[in-house]
Amino acid sequence: MSSGADGSANGKASPAVSDSGDVLGVLLGGADPAGSAGWQEHPPRMGFFTDTSLCIGCKACEVACKEWNQVPEDGLNWTGHSHDNSERLGADTWRHVAFVEQRVKVGNHEPNFQRAPSAGGEGEDGFRWLMASDVCKHCTHAACLDVCPTGAIFRTEFGTVVVQADVCNGCGYCVPACPYGVLDKREEDGRIFKCTLCYDRLGVGQEPACAKACPTDSIQFGEVDELRERAAGRVEQLHEVGVVEARLYGHDPDDGVGGDGAFFLLLDEPEVYGLPPDPIVTTRDLPEMWKRVGIAAGGLLAGAAACFAGARR
Amino acid sequence: MTPSPGDWPLLRQLRGEDRMGRGAAARSRHTAGLTPRTAAADRVVKSVCPYCAVGCAQNLYVKDDRVVQIEGDPDAPHSRGRLCPKGSATLQLTTGEARERHVLYRPPHGADWERLDLQTAMDMVADKFVATRREGWEWERDGKRTRRCMSIAALGGATLDNEENYLIKKFLTSAGVIQIENQARVCHSSTVVGLGTSFGRGASSTLPGDLQNSDLIVLEGSNMAEAHPVAYQWVMEAKARGATVIHVDPHYSRTSALADMFVPLRAGTDIAFLGGIINHVLQTDSDFREYVLAYTNAPTIVREEFEDAGPDGIFSGFDPEKGKYDPSSWQYDGAFVAAAAGQRDLEGNVEGLADEGEGRDEAAAREQPKLDMTLEHPRCVWQILKRHYATYTPEMVERICGVPQDVFAEVCRLFVENSGRERTTAFVHGVGWTQHTIGSQYIRAASMLQLLLGNMGRPGGGVMAMRGHASIQGSSDIPTLFDTLPGYIPMPNAHRHEDLDEFVATTSARRGFWGNLRDYTVSLLKAWWGPAATSENDYCFGYVPRLTGSHSTYDTVMEQIKGTVKGYFLFGENPAVGSANTRMQRLGMSKLDWLVVRDFSLIESATWWKDGPEIETGEMRTEDIGTEVFFFPAAAHIEKEGTFTNTQRMLQWHHKGQDPCEEQRSDLWFMYHLGKRIRERLAGSHDEMDRPVLELTWDYPTEGEHEEPTAEAVLAEISGWNAEGEFLGGYTELKDDGSTSCGCWIYSGCYAEGVNQTARRKPAREQNWTGPEWAWAWPMNRRILYNRASADPEGRPWSERKALVWWDEEQGKWTGHDTPDFEADKPPSYRPSPDAAGPDAISGATPFIMQADGRGWLYAPSGVADGPMPTHYEPQDSPVRNRLHEHQRNPARQTYAHENNRYHPGPGEPGEGVYPFVVTTYRLTEHFTAGGMSRWTPYLSELQPEFFCEVSPELAAERGLEHAGWAMLVSARGVIEARVMVTDRMTPLRVDGRTIHQIGMPYHWGANGYSKGDSMNELSSMALDPSSHIQEVKALTVDIRPGRRPRGPARQELVREYRERAGITEMTGMAP
Amino acid sequence: MSEAEVTREGLKGVRPGREARTFSGEGGRRRRDAPARDHPGSSYYGQPVINPPVWAELDIAGYLFAGGLAGSSSILAAGAELSGRPRLARRSKLGAGAALGVSLVALIHDLGRPGRFLNMLRVFKPTSPMNVGSWLLGAYGPLMAGAAASDVLGVAPRAGRVAAAGAGVLGAGVASYTAALIADTAVPAWHDGYRELPFLFAGSAAAAGSGLAMIAAPHAESTPARHMALLGAAAELGAEQLLERRLGIVAETLHEGTAGRRLKAAKALTVAGGLGAATIGRRGRLGAALSGACLLAGSALTRFGLFAAGMASAQDPRYTVQPQRERLAREADADSH
Ligand SMILES: Nc1nc2c(c(=O)[nH]1)N[C@H]1C(S)=C(S)[C@@H](COP(=O)(O)OP(=O)(O)OC[C@H]3O[C@@H](n4cnc5c(=O)[nH]c(N)nc54)[C@H](O)[C@@H]3O)O[C@H]1N2
Ligand SMILES: Nc1nc2c(c(=O)[nH]1)N[C@H]1C(S)=C(S)[C@@H](COP(=O)(O)OP(=O)(O)OC[C@H]3O[C@@H](n4cnc5c(=O)[nH]c(N)nc54)[C@H](O)[C@@H]3O)O[C@H]1N2
Ligand code: SF4
Ligand code: SF4
Ligand code: SF4
Ligand code: SF4
Ligand code: SF4
Ligand SMILES: [Mo]
Repeated sequence: MSSGADGSANGKASPAVSDSGDVLGVLLGGADPAGSAGWQEHPPRMGFFTDTSLCIGCKACEVACKEWNQVPEDGLNWTGHSHDNSERLGADTWRHVAFVEQRVKVGNHEPNFQRAPSAGGEGEDGFRWLMASDVCKHCTHAACLDVCPTGAIFRTEFGTVVVQADVCNGCGYCVPACPYGVLDKREEDGRIFKCTLCYDRLGVGQEPACAKACPTDSIQFGEVDELRERAAGRVEQLHEVGVVEARLYGHDPDDGVGGDGAFFLLLDEPEVYGLPPDPIVTTRDLPEMWKRVGIAAGGLLAGAAACFAGARR
Repeated sequence: MTPSPGDWPLLRQLRGEDRMGRGAAARSRHTAGLTPRTAAADRVVKSVCPYCAVGCAQNLYVKDDRVVQIEGDPDAPHSRGRLCPKGSATLQLTTGEARERHVLYRPPHGADWERLDLQTAMDMVADKFVATRREGWEWERDGKRTRRCMSIAALGGATLDNEENYLIKKFLTSAGVIQIENQARVCHSSTVVGLGTSFGRGASSTLPGDLQNSDLIVLEGSNMAEAHPVAYQWVMEAKARGATVIHVDPHYSRTSALADMFVPLRAGTDIAFLGGIINHVLQTDSDFREYVLAYTNAPTIVREEFEDAGPDGIFSGFDPEKGKYDPSSWQYDGAFVAAAAGQRDLEGNVEGLADEGEGRDEAAAREQPKLDMTLEHPRCVWQILKRHYATYTPEMVERICGVPQDVFAEVCRLFVENSGRERTTAFVHGVGWTQHTIGSQYIRAASMLQLLLGNMGRPGGGVMAMRGHASIQGSSDIPTLFDTLPGYIPMPNAHRHEDLDEFVATTSARRGFWGNLRDYTVSLLKAWWGPAATSENDYCFGYVPRLTGSHSTYDTVMEQIKGTVKGYFLFGENPAVGSANTRMQRLGMSKLDWLVVRDFSLIESATWWKDGPEIETGEMRTEDIGTEVFFFPAAAHIEKEGTFTNTQRMLQWHHKGQDPCEEQRSDLWFMYHLGKRIRERLAGSHDEMDRPVLELTWDYPTEGEHEEPTAEAVLAEISGWNAEGEFLGGYTELKDDGSTSCGCWIYSGCYAEGVNQTARRKPAREQNWTGPEWAWAWPMNRRILYNRASADPEGRPWSERKALVWWDEEQGKWTGHDTPDFEADKPPSYRPSPDAAGPDAISGATPFIMQADGRGWLYAPSGVADGPMPTHYEPQDSPVRNRLHEHQRNPARQTYAHENNRYHPGPGEPGEGVYPFVVTTYRLTEHFTAGGMSRWTPYLSELQPEFFCEVSPELAAERGLEHAGWAMLVSARGVIEARVMVTDRMTPLRVDGRTIHQIGMPYHWGANGYSKGDSMNELSSMALDPSSHIQEVKALTVDIRPGRRPRGPARQELVREYRERAGITEMTGMAP
Repeated sequence: MSEAEVTREGLKGVRPGREARTFSGEGGRRRRDAPARDHPGSSYYGQPVINPPVWAELDIAGYLFAGGLAGSSSILAAGAELSGRPRLARRSKLGAGAALGVSLVALIHDLGRPGRFLNMLRVFKPTSPMNVGSWLLGAYGPLMAGAAASDVLGVAPRAGRVAAAGAGVLGAGVASYTAALIADTAVPAWHDGYRELPFLFAGSAAAAGSGLAMIAAPHAESTPARHMALLGAAAELGAEQLLERRLGIVAETLHEGTAGRRLKAAKALTVAGGLGAATIGRRGRLGAALSGACLLAGSALTRFGLFAAGMASAQDPRYTVQPQRERLAREADADSH
């Protein structure tokens, strides 16, 4: 079990943390998620660095994931959202490739495409097309895991977060708990599904199916520590060549979820890709919630007592 | 599923470390016991992706003799374990629900399918084949011996193994069938002509993996990131090293998104664009002069009779009556050279030209071309080029292509700066270039630029043709194509008294490796007719049926409509969706007696008789259609073994992972057993027409309960052996005395030493980047063609940073990173004697060993039917007047006059403006071609579930089109509907002072399958490139309006109404 | 120009493709100086950022209400038991029993795999209010059922009394833990209200329980219930007021659409019920019952209203993104000072 001090390393501390830091430390677990979850001798934490500046939007990741995990095909629905017809992560989409078309001038460089002058308007600055493959973040502090009442969701020895289909009773609690909108219920099945970071494959030293397929290495799988370093270098490299809008997302162990096991290099604000700008694991406020529930319950009892007492008089 | 008390995680939680119950304690027993099926598999079988020509290596994980998982093979040097969405969906494609398992039969006039037992069906087809062949037999045409069967045709082959195509071509040719075609025709046939005439071989000169060494990559006419996603990793690799990437394309695609520069241009104008760059290079002397002088025909002097295409746009030799050129005036001065590819038998191709004498001059063929190394002779190629392209100015480029001059200047600058001694530029092209009425010349133009800038044969240079299907390169090499025999040996044309010697003399160059055509041909005839082929009977050369003009798939359709063709095989092709003017395709099929469809699922080409568009409109009634249809379910690549040849000429053997189900059979099985049945029926016949069939070597070992022929035996026959039965090491061992047998000379050596070289799989990390020991590439395992050109005439690398092969003085041979594409021990100093022939006639300092003069052809004195130099003409249907030349359209193009194949009025003609918008078509990463392998595959269908068209916001505003609404698109051929994608990725262009709107459309949809939609090719027309007979589907015109198309009879009514408005007649658009 | 070379020895200066200089216009065109520009406030085709709850409204909002009703009824029952109001005690116990029954049915019904209900007790997870709630219900249910059974059947009265007292104490938890249950999510209208929701829920539960008592129990015994009704209504209304202020723009979800209509009606009913309890409720059973009905309905509508508000706040990405943006801006501000 990790120490409380680990937990309070959580940087952007809300006021609630100050007076219940230790409790919080216990509730959240430390920066070593596998260790905090009872894996004494565990392999290094594994994760993804998804570098969206390398993505060619091919969706091999989506298909490879479906094939490997035998995820059902979930209907023909043409959205008109550029080339995105799977819309978002969910029970039947564990990798989702976002497509963003922008008529913008960005960065310190020429756009690769100047629309014709007759196009007019704002657009003369240029155009770019962003593609990004989203996935479960395998949070250091995973709300889905925390709230799961059955233990169906558990932290693996690789520090990843996995739903066990043989345990899940479909209570649905994890769905709104996740700050990234990752999991969802497969209606006809009743249970919840999401990326397992290919737990079965990791167990025998194999790379996750999506990362293996990715033609351009946009999805890089590896030890989280090493990936974080690589990502930092990559941002620097892009900045050097003028791509000043490149930024990392989810890499920071001090963010509201203690850093993601699957983090990203983005070329615009997270919300442009449908990601929350500053997600916080709800568990961070749980001590305060319990405290207030306690006070409210006590108040209820006290109030009732007073009412009976008053009525006797 | 309540856990048993002993297993209660709570107890573990209380006992152990995981006190919050979130990790170790919460893991269930089931979870702890998970084993991935990749680890549980009994064996891993090596295979190859069945979709595109990147040919990604796959591992099949097999459990209990069924394939349970398919993944990339990380060892492969070209794909490195990666797979695109299609490759990743291969498991669902092959083991999913969508595949048919039984033979289906539709009797003449029948309303629906019936089941038929496989053996019965095979017998029926054999009977029909024999009868139809007899009816359609032709001994002579116009007094010339043809010895052929005009009543049977076949289409398809690019998805098949080389061994399968080999058997199809072998058997059908022996039966006299000439109308054998496959996707290679509609896909990249113009690449074969363009590259073949320019450099000597009609295949990609390089491999995607070598793009990593480029300084500049120009993607034009290719949507590489979408159509060849796994190969695109090499573009990324180049970018990592600092290369620049330009994408020139009418539509902004996923390829453009990752390029440094995107240049939108009007579809169908690339010759003006490339011609502009050529002009820039020539005017500014930015060429790589030493390379140009030594390795190209720039100094060669051309015949006095040659007249350039001036303002009118017509070269000398044009016959306006026939709409064809007599190319003899284009020849070199005093010397005659035959082309290495393209239109090679002049007499045969130019019907009506004098049979003897004019086409070639035997004496001249012995002369060496005259050179002027100062490049000053007014008739030297250099000066001709300079004059020809002088009008292709930046202003003209802007006026024609819609590319602003500053953008164009930037492209020119990048080109020039990234070429020359120290740097190399690679061209990557695809079908955005090939599918035009002047497609072959697009490829020629790029080839010329690469020669001028010295980029051929060098690392990071070359012309990378991104080809289509898994084995479309193979189906060109071992062609199920009408005009060639295996290894690009031309099919003989019908002449008076033609024999083998005359054939060799009229179709091949005397010098260079084509000088050995007789070796290749005799060895092929020995492979086919074995002991029956003797020197006395000209090795059965007379058994080969003869051509009379074009018998391309589009000509076949016309023959079907005419009623000549009665029986038709579809070996994995879906012309009712994929071919231009699908209506004509269905019309043709409705006139057949019988149709055999071999495919995975019930594609549109199998079911048109009951649910085609003409049934819906009421133009055809099922009960009126007499075509008897047989559907045979095909085995998939995991269920058979054989080789695919990918886009880099690499033959990869795929092993079998599981048996096919029920009545599914391989095409190898089908052709072999059908052939056997036919031979049984003909046995004992003394009819001369049956002799080629009966004497054919047709006895392959079989295995298993289905008697599957052994593919390896077929591959061995293809590779060849000598009189002692020893396997050949390569085509240099072939003889013309009947002592060697070889089914495809360029593949000779793929089974060297009795070892299946194509099955080699040495991991990438254990060899250099060209992957010499991964599978086997033709020719002779050379990976980068013409690599002799990477060294200077003396044999030293032009630059030490671009070293590929070089002359090693000490060892007295060529050495380097690749197998030299040169005679290994021919020193740079070698000079041929004046009357040397064959390879001996190639000097030690000219790298293009297939060419008659050893040089790369900036100017093509023969081989291309519409001129020795690329010239800009507008597409068949275009809203824009040709500003460079008076002739609007390619004067030599092939057109078809038919009520259902009408063309649009050109600019300035009455009715112009009725179809005002330019349409181009392309691919999406998620779908595959005509959809047979993606629209039935749920994981792919859901990613692009509907047919859509892409329009700019400006066009949407002009026409009231709503994003995500519906639009109908109308041409003189048909009307279709599509969802509307309004996107900034489409941009209007300023062309010649006005705004031109372009509409982009993926062409993958059809009425059957899981994801359904209208077929784009209802709109396109049959108008062909004359050299390659490829159709123009990359540039046409339409009208677009909001809403869904009419249903029922109103559908054709609308088309008719438009046609009337445009005043279209059989003359419209037909002028030369 | 490429920095890599193909020398006679082989490739030099190779860099992996993942270092590709994409989006840089590198080598392509002249650089132009312009600051980077982001596009804040945008969303991804209006898609929600979080996945909205998959809970069926009738089940889960119903559960929130019934759980509160059961809990507060048990408190009333215990008080009545201890203060010698047998009819109030029995009817509250029965009310609690019925409410618990309904809430359990709702809970199980909402499970995707109802057969696996017992998996709730597979582990003990303080981080999961639903798990804690399950254990709580696991303790509370038998006590409450025992108390009711003993009362109705007239067996083991002493044990029954202890059980009733226990159920009363746990009932307070049952009535208020559901606030943590919904607040412990990423749903903006719920999570951001985690400070007020426990009080709101406790108040609302008190109002509901006493409302039921005012209907069910004889007038003579329902005085404490009427007092509690007042207290509960006041707490509920007060907490809601605070909640609205706390939520910032997310409070829109409390005012608009279905949630707005429900919460408005709930407020009116609660006010009416509270006033009624203080006025007509004192005078006679009918008045008490009327007021009690208002309180019950008010409490139910509050839960259904909050449920709908949560759903609305989850569905619109604005409610997730904007408060997070504001928070980041505040933090940046704080950092720079
Ligand atoms: N995902 C996927 N991959 C495939 C296939 C598939 O269907 N789907 N098909 C396979 C086959 S059969 C083939 S042949 C290859 C083809 O691969 P590509 O050649 O890349 O195929 P396309 O996308 O049809 O066309 C390439 C590009 O040409 C552009 N274009 C159209 N007209 C013009 C023009 O006039 N000038 C220029 N410069 N560009 C033009 C189109 O906009 C498009 O971006 O892909 C193979 N791979
Ligand atoms: N408008 C427009 N039209 C085009 C193009 C374009 O860009 N625009 N592109 C053109 C090009 S490049 C091409 S290549 C064509 C492609 O057009 P088609 O070749 O007609 O299209 P596919 O769907 O690839 O058809 C191949 C069929 O082979 C089947 N098949 C796969 N494997 C096997 C096997 O082992 N055995 C058998 N018997 N069958 C098998 C598949 O199921 C599929 O139905 O379309 C052309 N048409
Ligand atoms: S992203 Fe969501 S689903 Fe994934 S671990 Fe974090 S909280 Fe759980
Ligand atoms: S739905 Fe399943 S995984 Fe999610 S919280 Fe409930 S039991 Fe856990
Ligand atoms: S890691 Fe595995 S489960 Fe997760 S998205 Fe990739 S393939 Fe799917
Ligand atoms: S596989 Fe890689 S390149 Fe393709 S969409 Fe996924 S992340 Fe992007
Ligand atoms: S379709 Fe082409 S790129 Fe994709 S996996 Fe197959 S061979 Fe590779
Ligand atoms: Mo193709």
